[in-house]
Amino acid sequence: MNSKIQYYIDLIAVLTQKEMKVRYKSTFFGYLWSVAYPLAFALVFFIAFKVIMRIQIENYALFLIAGLFPWQWFVNSVNTSPTVFLGNVSIIKKIDFPRNSLLIATVLQDAIHFILSIPVIVLFLFLHDQSPSISWLYGIPILMGIQFLLIYSLSLMISSINLFFRDLERLTLLLTTFLFYFTPIIYPESMIPDGYKILFSITPLSPLMVSWRHLFLEGTLNPIFLIVSFGYSVLFFIIGSLIYRKLSWKFAEVL
Amino acid sequence: MNEPAILFDRVSKSYHLYHPMTGGIKSFLFHLPEAVKILKNSRYEVLKEVTFQVGKGESLGIIGRNGAGKSTLLGLIAGIIKPTQGKIAVQGRISSLLELGGGFHPELTGRENIVMNGVLLGLTKNEVFQKMDEIIEFSDLGDFIDQPIKIYSSGMLARLGFSVVANLDPEILLIDEILAVGDMEFQKKCLKKMMDFKKSGATMVFVSHSMENIKLLCDRVIWIDRHTIKIVGSPEEVIPHYV
Repeated sequence: MNSKIQYYIDLIAVLTQKEMKVRYKSTFFGYLWSVAYPLAFALVFFIAFKVIMRIQIENYALFLIAGLFPWQWFVNSVNTSPTVFLGNVSIIKKIDFPRNSLLIATVLQDAIHFILSIPVIVLFLFLHDQSPSISWLYGIPILMGIQFLLIYSLSLMISSINLFFRDLERLTLLLTTFLFYFTPIIYPESMIPDGYKILFSITPLSPLMVSWRHLFLEGTLNPIFLIVSFGYSVLFFIIGSLIYRKLSWKFAEVL
Repeated sequence: MNEPAILFDRVSKSYHLYHPMTGGIKSFLFHLPEAVKILKNSRYEVLKEVTFQVGKGESLGIIGRNGAGKSTLLGLIAGIIKPTQGKIAVQGRISSLLELGGGFHPELTGRENIVMNGVLLGLTKNEVFQKMDEIIEFSDLGDFIDQPIKIYSSGMLARLGFSVVANLDPEILLIDEILAVGDMEFQKKCLKKMMDFKKSGATMVFVSHSMENIKLLCDRVIWIDRHTIKIVGSPEEVIPHYV
């Protein structure tokens, strides 16, 4: 039993290393890209909403970054998930191994990039005369755990179904774009008009993204948000696992 | 024959001829009744009621024309695909070489690919590292081992692939016609390695179009024709009929 766990750990480690090595191979800036992307988005939103539309939020740059970095992890993993199995045809068709390890490796790889980007948030906090809170020590692992489970579960669903309905790839891109604007990332949840508050409560990512921002900016965690977002993660995990179990034995045939 | 390492009990495997669903959700939903009907009826039988067993330590050759179902049979043994009907029981750790460079990533070096492939085939990292020198030595790739394999020739890929699979001490070795690629010298080396395997008591299933190699390596031969077993027997019995 122990060696089986050891094997699984090794398998995921090897696949994650592979992803890391391959991702920025033959690029000049390498890992800097994973920070450059959300920063560039932050700049665009800052110009659009702060400079031009004059949104009334203090420290809007910091506000944006605290939300955009966790979002970037989510969207990177979810948007690549449809092609994870498609991109590993040669292994799936030739070797019998747990296919979900490929997904775990993908999500883990983006998680590592997210961790590497946290110092940038700290830097922005210092620029605004603030500093990281001690609650990060437990807050970050908790939120990362919830987000990991959520992303992995969604990826499990999307990547499995996409082998049979290839349209899902396009649909995913579209839905994540919707999700981005329907989730309070570039605006605070308090700005949502009363009649639309329901929007906030039904988008599965809202409590999690808001929790990240509260943690990064104020060092607080709202237990209700935590429970709700964990609930979403578990729900998606159950659905994702059922779909995966039903479809995974067919992967080698449809690829 | 002692207890079987591989057991096939009336195994059939059929594939859908094509997937209406690859047309997308839209066309699938708009033509739901037809789509489901097509899905159910358009099956192509690759293997029909195949029954055989391979004893522990035995080496079995599989021959037959292209498209007869040989590779499907290996895929079934390896557990990559599931049978439509029938039962398969396999006992022992499988190491399979089903395709040249299958499971390698072009951007990674030979060495990195050895680790990845070894772990995918079921070993822990430590076990792979212990065998690393042996594998590299056998592959004869020299300094190329630290180059990304996208610059390898197909012969070099075959060498790397065989070296990994052959040096992981599998209990069951599945080989799908790969020896045709390497040069004479490497082919001889592979054959010798496979003879060693045989002696060490490993089970082997070997698909080949080279009757010479089959004669050399196999205790028994299955001739697959028209999706089912035509003849089973010793190489001396089966090969004359086949040729």
